[in-house]
Amino acid sequence: MRPAVGLRVRGLSKAFRETWALRGVDLDLGPGETLVLFGPNGSGKTTLLKVLATLLRPTRGGGAVNGADLVRDRDRIRRFIELLAHGSYLYEDLTPRENLALAAAMRGGRPEAGVIAAALERMGLSEVADERVRTLSSGMKRRITLARLLVGSGDLWLLDEPYTNLDREGSKVFEAILQEHQDRGGMTVMATHNFLDGFKLATRLGILARGRLILDEPSGAMTLQTFQELYALRAEGGGR
Amino acid sequence: MNFLTLAGHILRKDLRIEARSREGLNTLLFFSVLIVFLFRFALGSSEVQVRQAAPGLLWLAFILTGLWGMARTFQIERDNDCLESLRLVPGDLGGIYLGKVLVGCCLMLATELAILAMFGIFFHLDLWAALGRLVVVLILGTVGFVALGTLFSAITAQLKAREVMLPLLLFPLVIPVLLAASQLTGLALAGEGLSAEPHWLRFLVVFDLVFLVLGYLTFPFVMED
Amino acid sequence: MNRLAGLLGLGAGVLMVLGLWTGLINAPPDAVQGEVQRIMYVHVPSILAAYVAFTVVLFASVAFLLRGTRGWDRLAHASAEVGVVFTAITLFTGAIWGKPTWGVWWTWDARLTGTAVLFLVYVGYLMLRSAVDDRERAGRYAAVVGIVGFFNIIFTHMAVKWFRTLHQPSTLQRGTIDAALVFPLYVNLIAFLVLYAYFLVRRVRLAALDEAVEARALEG
Repeated sequence: MRPAVGLRVRGLSKAFRETWALRGVDLDLGPGETLVLFGPNGSGKTTLLKVLATLLRPTRGGGAVNGADLVRDRDRIRRFIELLAHGSYLYEDLTPRENLALAAAMRGGRPEAGVIAAALERMGLSEVADERVRTLSSGMKRRITLARLLVGSGDLWLLDEPYTNLDREGSKVFEAILQEHQDRGGMTVMATHNFLDGFKLATRLGILARGRLILDEPSGAMTLQTFQELYALRAEGGGR
Repeated sequence: MNFLTLAGHILRKDLRIEARSREGLNTLLFFSVLIVFLFRFALGSSEVQVRQAAPGLLWLAFILTGLWGMARTFQIERDNDCLESLRLVPGDLGGIYLGKVLVGCCLMLATELAILAMFGIFFHLDLWAALGRLVVVLILGTVGFVALGTLFSAITAQLKAREVMLPLLLFPLVIPVLLAASQLTGLALAGEGLSAEPHWLRFLVVFDLVFLVLGYLTFPFVMED
Repeated sequence: MNRLAGLLGLGAGVLMVLGLWTGLINAPPDAVQGEVQRIMYVHVPSILAAYVAFTVVLFASVAFLLRGTRGWDRLAHASAEVGVVFTAITLFTGAIWGKPTWGVWWTWDARLTGTAVLFLVYVGYLMLRSAVDDRERAGRYAAVVGIVGFFNIIFTHMAVKWFRTLHQPSTLQRGTIDAALVFPLYVNLIAFLVLYAYFLVRRVRLAALDEAVEARALEG
């Protein structure tokens, strides 16, 4: 039997002691879809990404990625997700090349040298590929983490504020990479505060507020301006 | 992923980092010189006294430097949230434990040999005759210490109060190692064979095995969210 | 649950009074040590209760890691706390007993040292628990210490025993104890075990209530 393709989440809730970080989130994502999540600080964006990445266990509810359960089949899920979190996961005393090779190896992969070299090239890191990460700027470090997306073979990309520290050039490359991922049928959930950039890539738009997914619409359904007004009204306007 | 493969990745990565930054090993070595000097002054001028206390002091020095070394094994995973990425490794997380134990043993043994040499020089101990036996004791004692130290380092690295909590948890538990290893070291320094007190030797071997297995089995629970 | 606690509380109360009476008044003084030996009736039962407590911690910890059920974690936590109290009583009464018989409050005797280490290990266990905010994680870390610590204590006892020991052989093992002293000892043993069970049930209940309050705050 072919496993179901896509991300499917039902009633996902996560509590930290006396507060709910997520309350009953339902979410479906199909091949080639990019959901861009907006939401004020503390609305649960990072928590949602971490639960989807199997870093946190849901308190209630659950979900599956390509038929693999978020709790029971953690190992399987971990093979087809790529997480770009707040931390860069980089070892400062290793080179970008070594970091990429290690990240791939730790996932059980053994990428050819060509793949890593190509990823470094693509992100404009060829010249510093054998310098220690410690000596690089934070923008460069962010590019290394993006190169990890190119080396990995994940179906589902979970991106937490990918634009942080990226310059215009870096943003362009990132957008091109994400476009290719979409075209291949890859799925993406991305959290951001940046309306302009987030809007460009989204096939779906979502708003998280107080742990609830209060809006989840195809991106063609509204203009940036209506969306921003909606956001101001429903996420920030204090209305419940 | 196979846990031996995983352990291999961790070992290679950490040794490379240690070789490159030298921050760990250099600090350990410098720290051990200081300890040897402090011991010397604390014990007064009597040579005999120092020699009598040498086996115990030696292991005290190992454990004090070891505490720092153990804290370091997971400290380097805290930068840039690398610990989080280790949690995401598919497969048997016990492999990470094994890898870290091997790294810890390498660091510790290197430091211990340096401390041993300094004891030999500063306290006029004849080490050459006993070297083989000393190395056996060193390895057995270190494995036991590192098996526990690595487990607690992984726990405390995730706490806010990690500096205090690591010695608090670790020191009571390494008392058996301290006892057995300093007894055996005493034997070796006195020029006797280790088989003179076979029960201590067996004790250390069993201790190492038990806590390696327990560490390997419980480690995944420490890494989970 | 409350009925059980009440019953245990009542039983512990009655047995403790009975134990104290047989031990302090009814039993004859020791042939060699005299009156001071009566402290045995508190000293020995409390360390046995502590051993039982830490064994419960071991099993509850294993069960919690395998099952993840909150109840096992509460049981482990409660048992560790009660065990630490009984260990403290043992150390304290031991010191009081040691002064007149050995002439010192403390000596680096094997059993003493072993018990002191036992105390330190489980105090560390409790401190670790309070150092972690997240209850799930606190439970898991503590369970690891509860398991590793238990096996470690076995090694510690073995290791310190191989040094020369001052302590009289274990009261119950030596078999030389007079029958007139044995009966009160057993009464006190049972009394302390029931007392342990009572404390445990109470403490588990308290933890469950704590969590219920939090759960309510979460829903509210």
